[in-house]
Amino acid sequence: MNEVSVRPRETGVPAGWEAVIGLEVHVELSTASKMFCPCSTRFGAPPNSQVCPVCLGLPGVLPVPNRQAVELAVKAALALNCRVATYSKFDRKNYFYPDMPKNYQISQYDLPLAGDGYLEIPAGQGSKRVRIRRLHLEEDTGKSMHAADDIVTARYSLVDFNRAGIPLVEIVSEPDMSTPEEARLYLEKLKAIMQYCGVSDCRMEEGSLRCDINVSVRRPGQEAGTRTEIKNVNSFRGVERALAYEIARQVEVLESGGEVEQETRHWDEGAGRTHTLRTKEYAHDYRYFPDPDLPPLVLDPAWIEEIRRSLPELPDARRERYIREFGLPPYDAAVITASRALAEFFEETVRVYPQPKTVSNWVMGEVRRYLNESGLEPEEIPLQPAALAELLAMVERGAINMRVAKQVFTEMCQTGRLAPEIVREKGLEQVSDEALIERAVEEAIAANPAVVADYRKGREKALGFLVGQVMKATRGKANPQVVNRLLRDRLGLPGTEGV
Amino acid sequence: MIAQAADAIRKGELRARELVESCLSRIAGLDGLLGCFLSLDGERALERAARIDEELARARQRGAGAAGPGGMRAGTREAAAEADGVLAGVPYACKDNICTRGLRTTCASRILEEYVPPYDATVVHRLARAGAILVGKTNMDEFAMGSSGENSAFFPTRNPRDTTRVPGGSSSGSAAAVAAGLVPFALGSDTGGSVRQPASFCGVVGMKPTYGRVSRYGLVAFASSLDQIGPLTLTVEDCALVMEVIAGHDPRDATSAQVSVPNYREALGRDVGGLRLGVPREYMGEGIEPGVREAVNAALRVFSDLGCVVEECSLPHTEYALAVYYLVAPAEASSNLARYDGVRYGLRVDAGDITAMYSRTRRQGFGPEVRRRIMLGTYALSAGYYDAYYLKAQRVRTLVKRDFEQAFSRYDLLLAPTSPTVAFRLGERTEDPLSMYMADVCTIPVNLAGIPAISIPCGESEGLPVGLQIMGPPFAEVTILQAAHAFEQATAGAPWRKREGERR
Ligand SMILES: [Zn+2]
Repeated sequence: MNEVSVRPRETGVPAGWEAVIGLEVHVELSTASKMFCPCSTRFGAPPNSQVCPVCLGLPGVLPVPNRQAVELAVKAALALNCRVATYSKFDRKNYFYPDMPKNYQISQYDLPLAGDGYLEIPAGQGSKRVRIRRLHLEEDTGKSMHAADDIVTARYSLVDFNRAGIPLVEIVSEPDMSTPEEARLYLEKLKAIMQYCGVSDCRMEEGSLRCDINVSVRRPGQEAGTRTEIKNVNSFRGVERALAYEIARQVEVLESGGEVEQETRHWDEGAGRTHTLRTKEYAHDYRYFPDPDLPPLVLDPAWIEEIRRSLPELPDARRERYIREFGLPPYDAAVITASRALAEFFEETVRVYPQPKTVSNWVMGEVRRYLNESGLEPEEIPLQPAALAELLAMVERGAINMRVAKQVFTEMCQTGRLAPEIVREKGLEQVSDEALIERAVEEAIAANPAVVADYRKGREKALGFLVGQVMKATRGKANPQVVNRLLRDRLGLPGTEGV
Repeated sequence: MIAQAADAIRKGELRARELVESCLSRIAGLDGLLGCFLSLDGERALERAARIDEELARARQRGAGAAGPGGMRAGTREAAAEADGVLAGVPYACKDNICTRGLRTTCASRILEEYVPPYDATVVHRLARAGAILVGKTNMDEFAMGSSGENSAFFPTRNPRDTTRVPGGSSSGSAAAVAAGLVPFALGSDTGGSVRQPASFCGVVGMKPTYGRVSRYGLVAFASSLDQIGPLTLTVEDCALVMEVIAGHDPRDATSAQVSVPNYREALGRDVGGLRLGVPREYMGEGIEPGVREAVNAALRVFSDLGCVVEECSLPHTEYALAVYYLVAPAEASSNLARYDGVRYGLRVDAGDITAMYSRTRRQGFGPEVRRRIMLGTYALSAGYYDAYYLKAQRVRTLVKRDFEQAFSRYDLLLAPTSPTVAFRLGERTEDPLSMYMADVCTIPVNLAGIPAISIPCGESEGLPVGLQIMGPPFAEVTILQAAHAFEQATAGAPWRKREGERR
């Protein structure tokens, strides 16, 4: 094994080298029931509570395809600009694994549901097209749990089959990406598209979006080198880090005169490195053949068209519309439309409070900050758009100042209460009473002669300190504009000694 | 005969409980010698029979002739429906590769020796709904692989006509149980002839329906694209009756056909004059025992006398069918049988690591014939050999199928022997798998093409039954049954029929 420790450079690709990257992404479809049986797909149920003879692969059972799964897969394919096959079939992928009930997985091999598509990722000022080679349907396997850190030292292992039979689409890209960042952007875009068309919730931490990476390196202009496959990378950051590591490892092997071995590697998120899972020598012979229990999947072109018409506005279209309709800067539009939930929250808020740029600032700033800090997904924003609109309106009419508004926002998210209630209860209304503020201004000036002198010597910054002192004295509630004006009135222009 | 029994039970002339008791006592007396049953379910069968008797008595009191609707307490509604079914109170047996809830289903294999399914196969469910009473599970060749009944992991079945001979296979126990009068009818499964060939050896009626006609849900798969459940009965009418109950679309089976089921019995009396019958010469040539050929020829004359047009025809790809079958069936079996690994149920032989556990479990759990076919299939599907074996076999399978399509454009039905020989002696072919495989040479093409066929007794050779196979186009079970029934009627007085009757 060629383990090296590396620090990714700017692009994640060492100078004088090029990386060739393709991704295979498994997306769990948001169906109510499993791919071939009526069992529930709900996440987090007690182990083996959502199983039946069919998904357990008991002797004698037969699979029956779930129409909703096929529909969602077609939707995903169309959203990725793929050609959908009116004739595809299910195959068996044979290999022994304890969490696989039948010791074969029903998948699609030589005649996949769809292929020949693409998606656009941001690149420089424009965008880059990453081609999609194929998209096919398959069933998920169960999940093993070992009574130790790994299968080798475990005294025993247990298997949970709740996940066995959950419908997945596997989306295989062409090796069109050349940096770890592009791979991450691709994955982010893929996730956004899947969420937009309601195909999947794409919760990576629940395994409903999983990624295998194929990567090789080469000297510019030369043939692609031997590639390795990195299995089961489960975060955007993981994809970038695993790739940076693996690219550097391959380059180091080649620069030291070695050869990259064709193998499957595992990404260890904790250790920040990849290691060998199995080499080509032990590559699987899956013995694919058409599943005799399932007739070919024949789709009516009219049905495919119907699904196409039902596709919602996808991220790219929505981004353009935000620029056009709301006058948002392209950067804002891109950030907000990267998540359907975020975009919908934005639009709802704008509908009630029609100041797009203000709303966009809040969504990109406070809303995202809160989600990050509390580890929530955009779908889980604990606040109604109308509630945010109300808060923004309070700022606009001067009822509270911005500083208080941010504080109130956090509390709204935490408690689910509304802004006026919080403001009233805590007495956070903005103070614009000039007499009151004037008193505080005078106190601040009297208490800080040195700062006042500094200001008068022309140091504009000193004013900020005094403003801060006044705000502090008014418990943050003073109208900052009034404070500024009164201070300037009392101090005169900077650089004018004496009064 | 089943219909008459059901009728007598309905009228109260015969009690279902008595009928079940008589089956159980006959089994107790004879099965030690014959080895037809792997499991019996006597207690439950008797309970069900008593319940049906009760329901029928109540219905007769009401004078409705059947259980009336409405006003019934939950739980008895089901019983009333059963009592109202066409098979109310009729006992039957079921091959041990068809899942029965709460009753072990072993496939005659050590690997499933203690396996108890948590669900009923669709056919079992349908028969129960029609009032039929399951008395037990019958012996078979392990995982339905074999043609003699000797590949059971537990004990072989003997032919009731001559206990030194095999009953045929793989539905050995079902065919022998019906032939010996242990049960009025039984279910078997037919992958390459496993219902028809033992029917032929034991002198009973056995039908392999069109692929997709009868749900496979709950049939432990051997080769999914070939397997089909079929009835074994004493008469063609019984076969028609059981078919009416078990046939029809099942939403649990994606390969199940959405074709309505005709009233088979109603069609039985119709005149067969003018039917065009083809006799493929490939089935009458070398390898067919003279006695068998003679009996079949005599049967052809009966059809001529009935006014049918009987002509020789050709199915040119017949000679490849056996080879195709022995690639396709093991390929599918290797995949279908992968689930028996000791992880979740069935036998587990402990070992140091999971791979060793898998291989020791499978080595000890599967018999030699099953292991042979798994290896054959794994090889045929493996990278580098797939095109040469599996794919090529599928192409030839298409040619075999096309042969039949062409023949059926000219003929209503095709006639042939069911087996090239009569029942052979126990142990005679066990050391020679290839000669054993020849036992299914006449039946295999039917499975490859997915068409329906029946085997009916048509005479004797060396004092043993000979089977006539009648094949038809997809979903032409009705024509097949009609012709079979006409033949049965026409030969009712034949000397071999008389001897048969005496033996029972
Ligand atoms: Zn299930």
